[in-house]
Amino acid sequence: MTDAAAMPGLTATGPMVLDDRSFPWASVDPAVPAEPASASDAPERRRAAWMAAAQAGDRRAYERVLADSVALIRTVARRQGVAYDQLDDVVQETLLTVHRVRHTYDPARSYDAWLAALASRRAIDGLRRSGRQAQREIGDEVALAAHAEAGDASTASERTQQARRLRAAVAALPPGQREAVEQLGLKELSLDEAAARTGRSTGALKVNLHRALRALRGHFHGDD
Amino acid sequence: MADPHAHDRLIATLGAELAPVRRLWPPWLRTLGWLAVVAAIALALFARYGAAPMLARWAGAPDLGWAGLGAVLTAVAAAWAAFALGVPGRRTAWAWLPLPPALLWIGASGLGCLRQWVAPATHVATAHEAGECLYFILGFSIPLSALLIVLLRRACPLRPVLTAVLVGLASAAASASLLEICHAFDAAATDLLMHALAVGLVVAANAAMGGRLLSRAA
Repeated sequence: MTDAAAMPGLTATGPMVLDDRSFPWASVDPAVPAEPASASDAPERRRAAWMAAAQAGDRRAYERVLADSVALIRTVARRQGVAYDQLDDVVQETLLTVHRVRHTYDPARSYDAWLAALASRRAIDGLRRSGRQAQREIGDEVALAAHAEAGDASTASERTQQARRLRAAVAALPPGQREAVEQLGLKELSLDEAAARTGRSTGALKVNLHRALRALRGHFHGDD
Repeated sequence: MADPHAHDRLIATLGAELAPVRRLWPPWLRTLGWLAVVAAIALALFARYGAAPMLARWAGAPDLGWAGLGAVLTAVAAAWAAFALGVPGRRTAWAWLPLPPALLWIGASGLGCLRQWVAPATHVATAHEAGECLYFILGFSIPLSALLIVLLRRACPLRPVLTAVLVGLASAAASASLLEICHAFDAAATDLLMHALAVGLVVAANAAMGGRLLSRAA
């Protein structure tokens, strides 16, 4: 190469310069951001190359590989059983983890396997978190029921008035939340029955019930 | 919540924060680094006690030699497996790698107890001496475990407790290997029990404390 550069007259017609990048197997070297020359096969190899470049500080490659990772993270999270409305949280948590541990990626190994392991971990964390939330929601339900029973001093007319105000407040909720309260709280269906009847996922119902209860609490107690 | 631009915004933020990183060394290289420290301690012990008594013991009672070899291989395999589990995407099944050498270690030690005669240049340890074995293994396991955990905190052990168990096994096995250099006692049930107790304590302590330390790295 230096010879050819020293004699500019030769470069046009001279012997082919052995540039690594002109060979398809050069893209095996992950340090070279691969142009998809050989390419239909290799979205994963492309991601691996982008991540390798990102480790060296290439911002464009980094943003590309992260954008490319979102769909894969969602797939992994769905397979782990993460509810639809939690998927975006898992995606964000996983992207943050990728950022924090990007030095642990070894470009000689599969990028997708590396990412899937991180996504799966964050999905499990997400499931645990929503499990804890679900427990709190049951607590809310019990609390509301207990509150309705409470007030032994209240007269019958007070009670009917309370019931009327509660019905009005439920009616004022957004449709999804109203549905959740009606099915789960008032008709006392199980989550699965309510899901079958409304065609919504159990996760969506739980979230809606949680939000509805919070709104109702705010309405009656002025908190939150 | 399902804001499609939220991801784009996060990605742009992360991109803006991007700095070049030094890649983690491969597990075998980090294993070698840790083993170098173990080897340095071994050299110091050899300088103090010499290799001859150990070799004489092994020549006279090959089961002691096999047990020692099993302990060394367990340390190497467990350390490598711990480092491998620190890399996301590696198979968790690698955690089984130390099992065969551990079986050799335990099996050969157990067989040694069945011998009717006492190996040359040894005697059966008294309860007090067996207690010293316990302190030896615990004493060396603490710094060796700490070193492994420090090295692993730069990695990303997604199974922190399992990784910590391997850390405990590696450092206990390495300590038992080091003990072999200056262990003038024949295999016997009391002594073996002390060794097993020490290894169990080290593994349990790591699982309890190391797991917590490592889960922050994950």
